Amino acid sequence: MQKAISIEGIAHDHAGENALRGVSFSVPSGSLFGIIGADGAGKSTLFRILATLLKPQKGRAQVLQWNVENEYHPIRATIGYMPQRFSLYQDLTVWENLNFAADIMDIHKREKFQILNELLAFSRLSPAKDRRTGRLSGGMKQKLALCCAMVRKPKILLLDEPTVGVDPVTRKDFWDMLAQLRGQGTTTLVSTPYMDEAELCDEVLLLHQGRVVGQGTPQTLCQTLPGSLWNIHGSESLHVFAHTEPPFPLISLYTMGGDLHALAPKGMEGPQILAEVQRVCPRAQHILEATARVEDVLLFALRNGGGKHEPHL
Amino acid sequence: MSLTFSIQTKGLTKSFGPFTAVDAIDVEVGKGEIYGFLGANGAGKTTAMRMLCGLLQPSSGTGTVAGFDILRETSKIRTRIGYMSQKFALYPDLTVKENLSLVADLYAIPRALVKERIAEAAERSGIQDLLPRRTGELPWGWQQRLSMACATAHHPEILFLDEPTGSVDPLSRRVFWDLIRAEAERGTTIFVTTHYMDEAEYCHRACFLVDGKIADIGTPHELKTRHQVSTLQEVFLTVAQLARRS
Repeated sequence: MQKAISIEGIAHDHAGENALRGVSFSVPSGSLFGIIGADGAGKSTLFRILATLLKPQKGRAQVLQWNVENEYHPIRATIGYMPQRFSLYQDLTVWENLNFAADIMDIHKREKFQILNELLAFSRLSPAKDRRTGRLSGGMKQKLALCCAMVRKPKILLLDEPTVGVDPVTRKDFWDMLAQLRGQGTTTLVSTPYMDEAELCDEVLLLHQGRVVGQGTPQTLCQTLPGSLWNIHGSESLHVFAHTEPPFPLISLYTMGGDLHALAPKGMEGPQILAEVQRVCPRAQHILEATARVEDVLLFALRNGGGKHEPHL
Repeated sequence: MSLTFSIQTKGLTKSFGPFTAVDAIDVEVGKGEIYGFLGANGAGKTTAMRMLCGLLQPSSGTGTVAGFDILRETSKIRTRIGYMSQKFALYPDLTVKENLSLVADLYAIPRALVKERIAEAAERSGIQDLLPRRTGELPWGWQQRLSMACATAHHPEILFLDEPTGSVDPLSRRVFWDLIRAEAERGTTIFVTTHYMDEAEYCHRACFLVDGKIADIGTPHELKTRHQVSTLQEVFLTVAQLARRS
């Protein structure tokens, strides 16, 4: 399959924070590709390298046929980049922000009007067209920022945590927009701290301390968990401390909403697992086998993926 | 009743011209309670929180926060609350200890107590070994702990947390909620907003705000039973459908 992005052995270290330590992967053309990982895993550094804002210290990164180090002109003309920080002018209206983005990207006057109206319809922001951007809700701002990244109809979208601070309903709208773009052949690279969003991607890359510790479709990633996963429920919300050592022989035990999840060696029976869990959480009452989700996989990787999770240093 | 409630409002309202951002809400938060304040972007959460913190004058309604009147005693309220959001920045050029000292001065902690309070706040957040380190060079998770120590060094009665875990990985979010839980167990009232519905499950009670009004409130268990669903995410999606304004 044709690759939209390919990266080989990229390393970049600036004072140890958000460093990349030899990352290789490729993104198939037309796919919705997610990046997840711990805070400071290097996600934003990766986006900045691909957006040609930062030169990698080692390795090679290519966007379509172009190299990020010396062919940044055609790359910049091809991509739409939405940085993590809010990138709009607060005292311009929605329309003015779009218009400004179109002007600095040299969109021809004849096309501009049509493109901007299409984007407003696509994002359902038309009714808010004349509202001052600073007065929009957080979710609407993020939709507008996506539209601004799209005025040049980019083949490749780079979205760095676009839905942080956005409520569940608006997040769904936002991801419907991404799914629609995917249908039109756009390649999207997107990072997110929401694991339910990662599950909407064709493929997910798991970054930990600057290294790739997992890659695959959400389904194949979920099959990588060693052992079997169980959900434990009580009549009240259950809790174990994040740093609690799981009672032997459980592999891990953690809260999942009001329930607990236990990762246990294959072959261990439910009642036996429940008895172990009750030693650290006496209010645990019911146990059922659970389907692993991306959040379980990432939690496992953060605890066991080599090196320590940052906050424990 | 102000002895048992840390926060109590009656008909709290804020209008901006013709737009009613917060529409006559009655909020009662018990001492030591973890109270989740949930809602869509633009539902009025931030406006309500700013009124409770004494940063914004209500258009109408009454209320007390930490026993003080939200209309007339806002400066007293501010000495009795702590506030933290992901956006609030620590000073990256100062050391951990200097950030804590600054906060101690801002809250006018008596000079004789400052040393002890800083040590205690650092210990509770597990950052006692980092006091001489420059804040900006610490990993994000440690900065978050320092923010928590800064917000609680003056022993506030109520801690307001405005989306404290915006862009945080699943493990750090669990670690951070352990800190919140410990703070509540010490008797601090927690008033928290979040867009992560699994975190809402950790609250004693969750309140859903829709178009500036309280659409539903209860323990996670009550809410899920009432709406006949298995997660608070589903409760959110159901309740948010009631919204008329965008």
